[in-house]
Amino acid sequence: MSDDVFDEVGLVAKNLHASYGAVEVLRGLDFEVAQGKVSVILGANGAGKTTTLRAICNMCNSSGDVSLGGVDISRLGTAEIVRKGVAHVPQGRGTFPELSVTDNLLVGAYVRKDKEINDDVDRWFEIFPVLAERREQLAGSLSGGEQQMLAVSRALMSRPKLLLLDEPSLGLAPLIIEDLFTRFTNLNKETGLTMLVVEQNANLALDMADVGYVIESGEITLSGPADQLKSDPAVQEAYLGA
Amino acid sequence: MTWNFDILPDFVFNGLSLGAIYGTVALSLVLIFKATTLINFATGELAMIGAFMVYVLHMEQGLWLWLSILIAMIISAGLGALIERTLTRPFDPADHLPVVLITLGLFLIFNALAGDIWNYQVRLLSNPFGKFPSWVPGLGGDRFVMVLGSRLKYQSIGIWLTLALALFLLGLILNRTKMGLAFRAVSSNVESARLVGVHTGRTLGFGWAIASAFGTLGAVLVAPQLGGVNPNMMATILIYALAGAALGGLDSLGGAVIGGILIGLIQAVLVMWLGVVVFGQAYMSILQLAAAFVLILIVLLFRPSGLFGSRRVERV
Ligand SMILES: Nc1ncnc2c1ncn2[C@@H]1O[C@H](COP(=O)(O)OP(=O)(O)O)[C@@H](O)[C@H]1O
Ligand SMILES: [Mg+2]
Repeated sequence: MSDDVFDEVGLVAKNLHASYGAVEVLRGLDFEVAQGKVSVILGANGAGKTTTLRAICNMCNSSGDVSLGGVDISRLGTAEIVRKGVAHVPQGRGTFPELSVTDNLLVGAYVRKDKEINDDVDRWFEIFPVLAERREQLAGSLSGGEQQMLAVSRALMSRPKLLLLDEPSLGLAPLIIEDLFTRFTNLNKETGLTMLVVEQNANLALDMADVGYVIESGEITLSGPADQLKSDPAVQEAYLGA
Repeated sequence: MTWNFDILPDFVFNGLSLGAIYGTVALSLVLIFKATTLINFATGELAMIGAFMVYVLHMEQGLWLWLSILIAMIISAGLGALIERTLTRPFDPADHLPVVLITLGLFLIFNALAGDIWNYQVRLLSNPFGKFPSWVPGLGGDRFVMVLGSRLKYQSIGIWLTLALALFLLGLILNRTKMGLAFRAVSSNVESARLVGVHTGRTLGFGWAIASAFGTLGAVLVAPQLGGVNPNMMATILIYALAGAALGGLDSLGGAVIGGILIGLIQAVLVMWLGVVVFGQAYMSILQLAAAFVLILIVLLFRPSGLFGSRRVERV
């Protein structure tokens, strides 16, 4: 969106805490996503992955420091964080079921004021022809895979600096998941988009990522370069079904 | 029993014009329901206050009627947005009870306030559609035109045209403006709306504003049928509008209008014509309210999402 210099600093989270009522769900997480790179957070159901992404966007009761490109964003409201360049594809896709596919994309560009919005819509229709075919259809009538494509394109319509993906593989057929992850990888390689992905599907996620973290009960128990994590016996046992 | 078919069109016309008014008020309810999944019970009283504003501006201050209506709609919109900002936004949107209680409280406060200022007697308010304007060939100055052997009032035609124009404008706002897109997004998925950078509070305020303006329009249109304005004028109208909204499926704008019109038709044709005229049951008129309740009940029992609503409503 803007052309601030990013200086290799992407997202940095320090001592991130979050709670629902009296229950503390995140207990001081530290993680980073370098500019132009992909980080992945692995964890079982209920480990706190979704909450981590929500805490970044200030969508839950959280504390700690979060900065993007060196700029502190931890005290901003969600709508302002989006304006700083964060796009979030929530768990369960988060499309607008009662809006048409086209309107879903247009609303994705809500924070933009430039004249290229319609060109971007056309570009996404070229990338995902199946969305183009259904442009007038309500998003709620799309299949799971189509919804995920729409959710991702919708998020990228804001031309973000950082893309947050919450279990993009959830509920999708293996072939569709592979296609999706190939596209994510290409997006990162071709456009240098910085991404933070949370997943249970460790294999694909670690293939795509540069850096990985493992969280259990709201704490980071392992972290390191993705290829190193992939060969870690603990990770293999817990997430790779070895 | 006499099947007075010759006077049936009279009842149909009346039903359609009353129904259009219910539809207007139902729209006001549904606009807020769509965005917040809560019923604003103060809708009718807000509209009543709007009608009194027209009374003050037009009857007391002598301002041109349509200008008075426009000003009252704008002030009502501001009042709606103010209520959203000060009384509903501080509360957790997921917790409906406080806000519903607040709207009920507003209902009582507005009613008492109006009673205090204007007392409870009916005050005459000019009919915006009393007589055909002089430029209408052959009809200028008349109150009605004969159609199918019955009197079709200029008032009915005026109400339909006003509703049609208002719907057209609402359609433009919702479908052709960025604010409208944001409003539809918030209505569809609040959390995702936030995630694309929509300020949901402001957007809901915008919804409240439009809804309140619509309510005022409905109250101004219904006033001539009630002989004028009074603090209790909207009580039963709100119930029929609610029935219409429920029938149409609480979260469908088109459904609200059609549902409202259906309620008007049911009242006029089923209850008044069939019940009172054909079967000669005078007490049927008292049963109008009950009929609306029974209808809401039947709809909620057999098709919780209404005729045009989405499945979502079933959860509410
Ligand atoms: N809205 C909520 N209210 C209360 N507890 C919640 C809520 N959402 C999540 N939790 C709890 O927080 C923990 C972490 O949840 P979540 O972040 O959704 O995990 P994950 O995404 O890794 O499956 C879980 O124990 C879950 O039960
Ligand atoms: Mg999750």
